[in-house]
Amino acid sequence: MNRCTERIFNGLVKENPTFVLMLGMCPTLAVTTSAINGIGMGLSTTAVLVMSNMLISMLRKIIPDSVRMPAFIVVVASFVTIVDFLLEGFVPSLYSSLGLYIPLIVVNCIILGRAESYASKNPVLPSIFDGIGMGLGFTVGLTSIGIVRELIGAGQIFGIQIMPDSYVPFTIFILAPGAFFVLACLVALQNKVKNNLAKKGKEVPAQAGCGAGCASCASKGICGGHLAGPETISKTENNNGQEGA
Amino acid sequence: MQELLLIAVGSAFVNNVVLSQFLGICPFLGVSKNVKTAAGMGGAVVFVITIASFCTGLIYKYILGNPNIMGGELEYLNTIVFILVIAALVQFVEMFLKKAMPPLYNALGVYLPLITTNCAVLGVALTNVESGYGILAGVVNGFATAAGFLVSIVLMAGIREKTEHNDVPESFRGTPIVLVTAGLMAIAFFGFSGLI
Repeated sequence: MNRCTERIFNGLVKENPTFVLMLGMCPTLAVTTSAINGIGMGLSTTAVLVMSNMLISMLRKIIPDSVRMPAFIVVVASFVTIVDFLLEGFVPSLYSSLGLYIPLIVVNCIILGRAESYASKNPVLPSIFDGIGMGLGFTVGLTSIGIVRELIGAGQIFGIQIMPDSYVPFTIFILAPGAFFVLACLVALQNKVKNNLAKKGKEVPAQAGCGAGCASCASKGICGGHLAGPETISKTENNNGQEGA
Repeated sequence: MQELLLIAVGSAFVNNVVLSQFLGICPFLGVSKNVKTAAGMGGAVVFVITIASFCTGLIYKYILGNPNIMGGELEYLNTIVFILVIAALVQFVEMFLKKAMPPLYNALGVYLPLITTNCAVLGVALTNVESGYGILAGVVNGFATAAGFLVSIVLMAGIREKTEHNDVPESFRGTPIVLVTAGLMAIAFFGFSGLI
């Protein structure tokens, strides 16, 4: 497998930002009230991610190391502003349902995380494909959560009635608590798969993310693992070990 | 006055920043293992969001949204300017506290750098502009939102301390049970929706 397809596979499956790394939880919980919102948010994030990865990778030898974080933030914020205007102009219905969460793509840990850990160290083409892979992985994650919530909470998928008319929708699933419950079940499912793998003695991919480790966290540079307990630090070291191997 | 009170109650409880708007989920899940660190994080967030709402409100009123500068068409720069101001502000607050108020710095210092990437700060700044709040209303809204964050993260930490040794099904241990708890808290917070 060549490097570009490997990056896409990596983003979609191996390091899926939603299910494996648990990054970008705010939009994951907030906008997945329906499948179409999930796709919209996922693709907007993908667009920003691809463009920022490309530009940051091009500028990686020009940006001085000491001011890289502010520089990355400016690049990302500019692309977010562009995407914000494009959505407002061309897809106003999606724009109004995503609302505040479009400008908040700026502080999505996935984007700064990829800029810091991949695009600032690798050539342009792999960085673009890394952005595509990660973005699509995020889109798949958001869309599947959106499908589950829309199906249970409204009996529809993409606005098409799926459940029979006699089905009484559990409205709670498209309200705030439903987001937490659906995500909890998905993470539990993933834990179950991992536990089964571990029992069979296979190598288990270490979990990372805001709640579990610093490896792919955008703020690890400034945080320096201050907040991480011994458990988290050992996880981080495991992750680094795997990346090196 | 009454209007400010309504804004405050609305953003602290009815539209709780974590449990109904999903902003600041990362620290909510990550830094809620015990009440002490949770309170530290919450305190730092209250501090930064209140100052950030004041600064961004000032910048919006006199520069970005000022009709005398470029005909008030600089609003498209909101996102870029606000995130940079917040990032710089956090650094500045950290340095200031270190010099001027060492005890406060010792309590909050560790949490300050992490707040730059807390989406609640940018979220509040943008909400203030979008809802057309003035500087005073914006600061009240920021303070109340952050107070809502403090309340929910401390409650969550309290619950987690109590349930830590409970016999949870194996695959639900760790993050999933925290998410289920958050969901139940979100249902409980629906009770506030009758307040306004």
